[in-house]
Amino acid sequence: MASETLSGGALTKSRPGIRVPDTLARVLKYLFFRGVALFVTVVIGVYLTVLIANMGGYLDTIRMAQIQEEVGISLMSDPALKGLPAAELRRMMDERIIIERKRLNLDQPFVLRSVNYLTDALTLNLGRAEFISSDSGSRRVQAILVERMPATLLLSATSNLFLFFAAIFIALFLSRHYGSWLDRIVIALAPTSAIPAWFYGIFLILFFASILHVLPFGGMVDAPVPETMPAYIASLLMHMILPVAALLIHSIFIAIYNWRTFFLIYSSEDYVEMAKAKGLTARTVERQYILRPTLPPIVTSFAFTLIYLWQGAIILETVFSWPGLGRLLYQAINLFDVPVIVGNTVLIAYLLVTSVFLLDIIYALLDPRVKVGGGERRA
Amino acid sequence: MKNVVNFFRDLMQYRSAVFGMVIIGLLAALAVYTVIALPYDNAINLWRGGEEIWGDYPRNAVPEWMNLFANNRLAPTVVVNSQNNPQIKKDMQSLSTDMKTADFALPFEYNSDGFPNEINLFLVAQAQQKKPQATVKWKTPDGREISLGDLTVGTRERFAISIDQKLLRKFNDVNPEIVLFAKPGTAESRATKPEVLKGKYQVVIEGLTFEPNSTLDAKLVVYGQTYGMAGTDHKRRDLMIALLWGTPVALAFGFLAAVGSTLITFSIAAIGAYFGGWLDAGIQRLTEINSVLPFLTTLILIGTLYTRNIWIILGVVILLGIFSLSIKSYRSMFLQVREMPYIEAANTYGASKLRIVFQYMMPKIAPVLIPTFVTQIPSFVFLEAGLAVLGLGDPVLPTWGKILNDAYANGALYKGYYYWVIEPAVLLMVAGLGFATIGFALDRIFNPRLREI
Repeated sequence: MASETLSGGALTKSRPGIRVPDTLARVLKYLFFRGVALFVTVVIGVYLTVLIANMGGYLDTIRMAQIQEEVGISLMSDPALKGLPAAELRRMMDERIIIERKRLNLDQPFVLRSVNYLTDALTLNLGRAEFISSDSGSRRVQAILVERMPATLLLSATSNLFLFFAAIFIALFLSRHYGSWLDRIVIALAPTSAIPAWFYGIFLILFFASILHVLPFGGMVDAPVPETMPAYIASLLMHMILPVAALLIHSIFIAIYNWRTFFLIYSSEDYVEMAKAKGLTARTVERQYILRPTLPPIVTSFAFTLIYLWQGAIILETVFSWPGLGRLLYQAINLFDVPVIVGNTVLIAYLLVTSVFLLDIIYALLDPRVKVGGGERRA
Repeated sequence: MKNVVNFFRDLMQYRSAVFGMVIIGLLAALAVYTVIALPYDNAINLWRGGEEIWGDYPRNAVPEWMNLFANNRLAPTVVVNSQNNPQIKKDMQSLSTDMKTADFALPFEYNSDGFPNEINLFLVAQAQQKKPQATVKWKTPDGREISLGDLTVGTRERFAISIDQKLLRKFNDVNPEIVLFAKPGTAESRATKPEVLKGKYQVVIEGLTFEPNSTLDAKLVVYGQTYGMAGTDHKRRDLMIALLWGTPVALAFGFLAAVGSTLITFSIAAIGAYFGGWLDAGIQRLTEINSVLPFLTTLILIGTLYTRNIWIILGVVILLGIFSLSIKSYRSMFLQVREMPYIEAANTYGASKLRIVFQYMMPKIAPVLIPTFVTQIPSFVFLEAGLAVLGLGDPVLPTWGKILNDAYANGALYKGYYYWVIEPAVLLMVAGLGFATIGFALDRIFNPRLREI
């Protein structure tokens, strides 16, 4: 794997004094086993999704009945076939059912097919959707996912990145002015985050769309779609205000509260007291003694923020009719469109696991306390 | 016992916790009241009932307290029934051996500023072969008489006055329920703004029966704009039933899901940490696999493909929650506890392994659980509501989430039926905030480090 050699290289450069071959071998061995474990995790997780999404094979029975009914109706309603004798019609029907079964791969036993699903999913060969098609008309799952991704990314990147940085900066400010009225307001408002974003969404739609008529109810752009670029962007921004606001109201107070508490805990450590006693300036104490050790948790949190950006918020997107991955997933489930469901899951699983793996490497490099392979290994 | 008292004294020091406990107390009382006053089977029969139960109720009526915000008095529902009603005198004269008249009037007062939603006249007759006939007239307070039509009455007849095509044509396409209640000259066409004429109205029925024992009765329903404390939905059902029953369901779902998943997670973490080895490794790997499985997606899949029964969904929620990532943080705490001298002592004097896990190790960190557990309740309450909003609510039970779903599916926000969304939403929000504020206070009590800050 490319990342392993990369990490090895970085390691040799950064710590020339340590017995390099020993540490390197240990790190590589650890990363190897970690990588294998994570991969097995993905395999089992995705296979479980395949099983659940197919109802353990029972979905086939439902689909067979659906096919039979659809073929029957299409033949009955075809005026060109009106005069045909019953036996001939019967034969045509059987023929079409077989073709349709072949098209959906239903002629193979489920166990075999589930393994095929799995290997295809793992090699990111996502195949073709059964019912859903992309706006450009393609049935390829990859095309569908790629088409929906920008919508989800736009929404979640805007809100989550803003949230992440705003929360940290406000929290830093509050940890300096702790006990102020602003601090107390944030503490008092923190429990409001128990209410999910989609729920705030309903209220926001009620006030700003239904009563005040100033913002749209949902969707991503006006219909008909504005023709000029500036008008398009303006319309997009108008549609983004409410969902972004819902996400922010939901999580900003708890995020500030958590970071604030976190910074306060770190600023009450003994070594900070020591630094103050030495007479260092407040600025130096904050930069060198408080913020420095908080870096790894902040990096982790940021990494997970980045991973979850890809995952559409199912209910929020449904409430706002936002054409992202979350709503796609919901539509796919309602249509029993297994390839889309599995494609979506495997994508997120890979992103999640890759990030966890990268974090392991970064931790091994950054945090001197994480001694790989030494003493009790904490998973 | 003393511990419990002290604990509550600590908790009472937080104003927000007192606020939360009052809210949760009220909701719990409401839940108990609901279960006693409106038993389960009763509630379900009512909620799933059709015309026979809800026929006299207005459609999408706002709650009565909306009168406080409206400038005008909104119309309540008026029902006048001639059956078994001593105040309505029937004029029955024999015209021949078999033929009799059945003339009567259904009077009512109408003093609202708003027009009714709908008017229906239900006619009931008893006859062997020859069905009675009726001529229906409308008398306004200022003495005008408007003919509504002639009908032959079977055993049960519904005369839907407000959507009657003949009347609609007669009134120049202005809705009959408006013309009939409007001041003369204000509702002749769609261009003018109609005003209500208040006073005593009458529906006069001039009937003819053709058999000796034949009878004719009528029930007039003028459907109002308001109904009860909670209003009604698109199927004329009283929303109060669902609001009331939503309370025990939400509390039970949230509580059971939180208790179930936290307690089992906690026990598994303790067992894994104490026994170690392949058991611990297995638990760790299961946790990792579970973190790859998308929680909500799996739940939606199960709701769509298998069952929407709320209690089975609850079981799945607990099952998926067992191997959550919190196992890892519990495990690291248990690893520390395992090394403590008192556990070593217990090992030496031969306490059984399970005894050590359940009686010595778990109580040691149990306090950490309590805040987590309380803060988790609202997330499960909202999870149930969220699933219902996606259309995966329990098919039988009325819940808050299902009201939201109905409201959404019927475009409540577009049509301005705000009460329909606000009522369940406020209840959900109040419940969520109640648990969350208690949870935050508990967190500060059990994590002394937070208390200093």
